[in-house]
Order: sequence, then C-alpha cells, then structure tokens
Amino acid sequence: MSLFLRAVLGLGLAFLYAPILVLAAYSFNASRLVTVWGGFSTRWYAALLADGPLVAAAWVSLRVALASGAVATVLGTLAALALARHGRFRSRPLLVGLVFAPMVMPEVIVGLSLLLLFVGIGLDRGVGTLVIAHATFCTGFVAVVVGARLRGLDRSLEEAAADLGAGPVRVFATVTLPLLGPAVLAGFLLAFTLSLDDLVIASFVSGPGATTLPMRLYSQVRLGVNPEINAASTLLVLAVTLAVLGASHLSARR
Amino acid sequence: MRARAGERWRARLVRLPPLIWLTAFFLVPFLITLKISLSDAATAMPPYLPVLDWQGGREGWASFLEALDFENYAVLWFDTFYRDAALSSLAYAGTASLVLVLFGTPLAYALARAPARLQTLLVALVVVPFWTSFLVRVYAWIAILKPEGLLNAGLLRLGLIARPLEILNTPAAVLIGLVYAYLPFMVLPLYAVMSRLDGSLREAAADLGAGPVRAFWSVTLPLAAPGIAAGALLCFIPMVGEFVIPDLLGGSDTLMLGRVLWSEFFSNRDWPLASAVAVLLLLIVIGPVLLFRGAGREAAR
Repeated sequence: MSLFLRAVLGLGLAFLYAPILVLAAYSFNASRLVTVWGGFSTRWYAALLADGPLVAAAWVSLRVALASGAVATVLGTLAALALARHGRFRSRPLLVGLVFAPMVMPEVIVGLSLLLLFVGIGLDRGVGTLVIAHATFCTGFVAVVVGARLRGLDRSLEEAAADLGAGPVRVFATVTLPLLGPAVLAGFLLAFTLSLDDLVIASFVSGPGATTLPMRLYSQVRLGVNPEINAASTLLVLAVTLAVLGASHLSARR
Repeated sequence: MRARAGERWRARLVRLPPLIWLTAFFLVPFLITLKISLSDAATAMPPYLPVLDWQGGREGWASFLEALDFENYAVLWFDTFYRDAALSSLAYAGTASLVLVLFGTPLAYALARAPARLQTLLVALVVVPFWTSFLVRVYAWIAILKPEGLLNAGLLRLGLIARPLEILNTPAAVLIGLVYAYLPFMVLPLYAVMSRLDGSLREAAADLGAGPVRAFWSVTLPLAAPGIAAGALLCFIPMVGEFVIPDLLGGSDTLMLGRVLWSEFFSNRDWPLASAVAVLLLLIVIGPVLLFRGAGREAAR
C-alpha cells in the first residue's frame, strides 16, 4: 500500500472517530466546562442513574426496540424469502419498492405520513404507534441482511431434505431456518439499533408518556452541551457498538 | 395439481404479511399525506378541514371533494421562503455529495487495497460509526465547533488564529455535519464495488507503463463509476430531507426542507402545509430514488 493510501485511511478513520472519542473523554471530566479538564470523575454517570425521566425514556426505547425489532425481523425475513425464492410474481415490483423505499426516504416524510394515518384512523399515540412506525422502516434492513445470506445458501441441502420425504414446511423449519439463523439474528440486532437510535420518526408518532431516549436527549441537547448528555451518549455508543460487533460476528459465521 | 395449488398458497402466505403491512403503513400514509396537503388548516382536532363524513353518503363525498384545493401548493410556489428552502436543501445536499465523492472515493480505494488480513477489521471500523447513534454523532460536533470549543482552543494555542472562528451555526458547520454523518453511507457501497474489481486489470495497466495515478484514473475509476453514483445518491436522498444536522449545527437562518416541515408541523401546527412540504420533498427525491435503483442494479452486476 502506498504512503498516500495509508494517509487517506488514517485521516478517514481519525475523522470518523475523533468526535466520538472526544465525547467519551469529556464524559469523564469532573468539570462542567467542555474546554477545561477538571480531572477524572464518574460523577456524570452517577447523575445519569439519578435522572428519573432519562431512565424512564431509556426503558421506553428498549421496549420499543425489542418489539419493533421482532416484528421487523419476521416481516423482513418473509420479504427476503419471497424476493429470493418465488421468482416472478405479479406483486413483485410493488414488494421491492415497498421494502427498499423506506430505507432511503427522508425520515420527516415517513414520520409525518404515519402520524397522519394514526390520527386519521383514531389510534392513540404511544408505545404501540412507535412500534408500528419503527417496524415499518426497519423491515427493509432485515430483508437486505437475510436476502444476502439466502442468495449464498446451498440449495442442494433443501433439495436433499425434500428428496428424503420432508414436506416444504418441515424443510423450512429443519434446514432453511437453522442455516438462516445467524443472518436473522443479525437482522434483528440491526433493526433493534435503528429503532433505539431514531429521533425524527419517533418525535412525530409518539404521544404523551412515551418519550424515547433520543427524544429526551434531543430536548436536552437543544439547551447546549452538558456533561451528563456526554455520559448518556457514551453509554449509547457503547451499547450500539456491542450490538453491531455481535451482528457482524453472527453474519460472518458460516 | 393439488400440490402446485398448495405451493401457490404457501408462497402467498410468505409474501402477503410484508406486502400488507408495508402497504398499510408506508403506501397508504403517503396517500393520506397527499390528501391532507389539499386541505386547509383549522383549529380543531384533527387540525385540518375538510374531514370526510363517512355517514354523509354521496353528498358527503361531494362536499368533501369540493373543499379540497391547491392553496398550500400556491403558498409553496409563491412564497419565496419555501422556494429558497427547497433550493438551499438541494445546494447543501449537492455540495455535501460532491465532497463525499471526493473524500469517499480515495478512502474506499484505500480500504480495498489494504492488506487482506486487515481489511475485515478496517471495514468493521467504518461500519461501527454508521450504526452509532446519529444524534450523538451530530451532537459531538457542537463541543468541537463552538467558539470556546476544542477546534478553536487548539487553533488559538497553536497561534494560527487570533480570535475564535465562528463555525457553529453557519453553513460550514452544516456541511461538516452532513459529510461526517453520511461518510460511511458513501464508503461502504463504493468499497463493495472496488473490492470486487479484478486486480489483474490494474496490473495490466501497470505493465503497459501506467503509473498508479494513471492506472487508478483510467482503469479503477471508470469501473467503479456505478458504485460512486450509487453511493452519492444513497447520501443525497436522505440529506435533502435532513432535519437533525441543520437544526443542531446550523444557525436559525439555515433553511432546509426537513427543518421547514418540522417547524410547520410542531411550531405552527399547520398540518396541511407540512403535508404539502412533504409532497414537495417527495417529488424532489423520487427522481434520485429511481436513478438509485438503476445505479444499484448496475453496481450489483
């Protein structure tokens, strides 16, 4: 590798990580000021745990992420199966569009239009509407992860099971699903992190009493930099990093 | 015959749940947004008129349809505020996409040329920020860019500047935020294309006397073009409607459609106008979305 490419790589990674590392470092700063280092301290982490609304918001986020991740995993896996295995069917272009469009669509559009639907059908806004909204925009990501695995799958194993007399449901349950397992789990983890991270869509579709962690953080961030948010952010980054490492470990496993 | 019919039904059972769910919660909401963008704001709940009276029969429908109009779109067209917001959204997203191509292409190329045993680790290092809280990553820049922030403190100490630079709450801060937040979106698809390129073509170019720059320019770059296009569109589309970055890093005068939609909805409570802004935003991104599908298909080949 040439010196130039090495420099590009170093610079790129430094650019990606410097802000996160600065944030993490200052979460251990005893001083309240960002530019003054007042010594090492974990006081902001202690303050976090005592912050009732923040802890409550974290619980809401966790519940929503688990539930919407589960729904998105089922829908995304089914969509991936249909797209990879069913050849050409009439609704295929529609399904392709519906699966992939939510992944690139600006979040403000998805959030606003879902809210208008919920108001239109008279659904009370809260955890339930958050779960529906998050499951909707996460489905595509699960479908991509599971679809990639499905295309790499050796079909002869399923054919062998069918030749040995297993019905299609049995083939799916005993051969396809176990082979697909790591990718399905990876898809779930990605949906989980996306849900945990979403601010914009959640702000539209959530109601009183269902404030998520990013919504709570955002309302604090608007008031300026504060070391307690640094601590909360560091924990969030840590949780997401672990989930991503877990997901990439699972999807890399053969 | 019965077995084939059973298979067909099973196939339907597989594709119908995602099809129904996404139609109900993605497609139908768009149609509702379209309808409400033709309504008028009202001080009621829901805060728009007309509301369809389901019991009204044919007259109910007729009076409902009659009350719909294009007033909100006239506002978008004639009020320069919205036109400026649309143009400046395009300018921000376009400029940031250009910077991302210029910065992301060499980075993806460096990743693809890195020693094989390091590549998995390096790619994972690029992926992690991609999934790390968007809000947190944008927020991190406030502490760096603000007048008494780290960047200014560092530059002052080095004696490079006499007074703190005003970066936060300027267009420059918005651009930095956009490039930073979307860099992984640019690099990953590009890396996917570049890592699959046949190395022997590059070697052939070298054997024929081309230097590394020339080989990159005349062999790698043309082959990677669909990946570059896909990456740029993948960033451009969500950036046009970006809300968090202009809101946290931009000044109060930073106009972007996502932010305009947000404030029409949350501050002015004008749902019909917010819906019209959403439809406008959709019209702006629909072209790039279709282009993206084309570029994606070509990159996949």
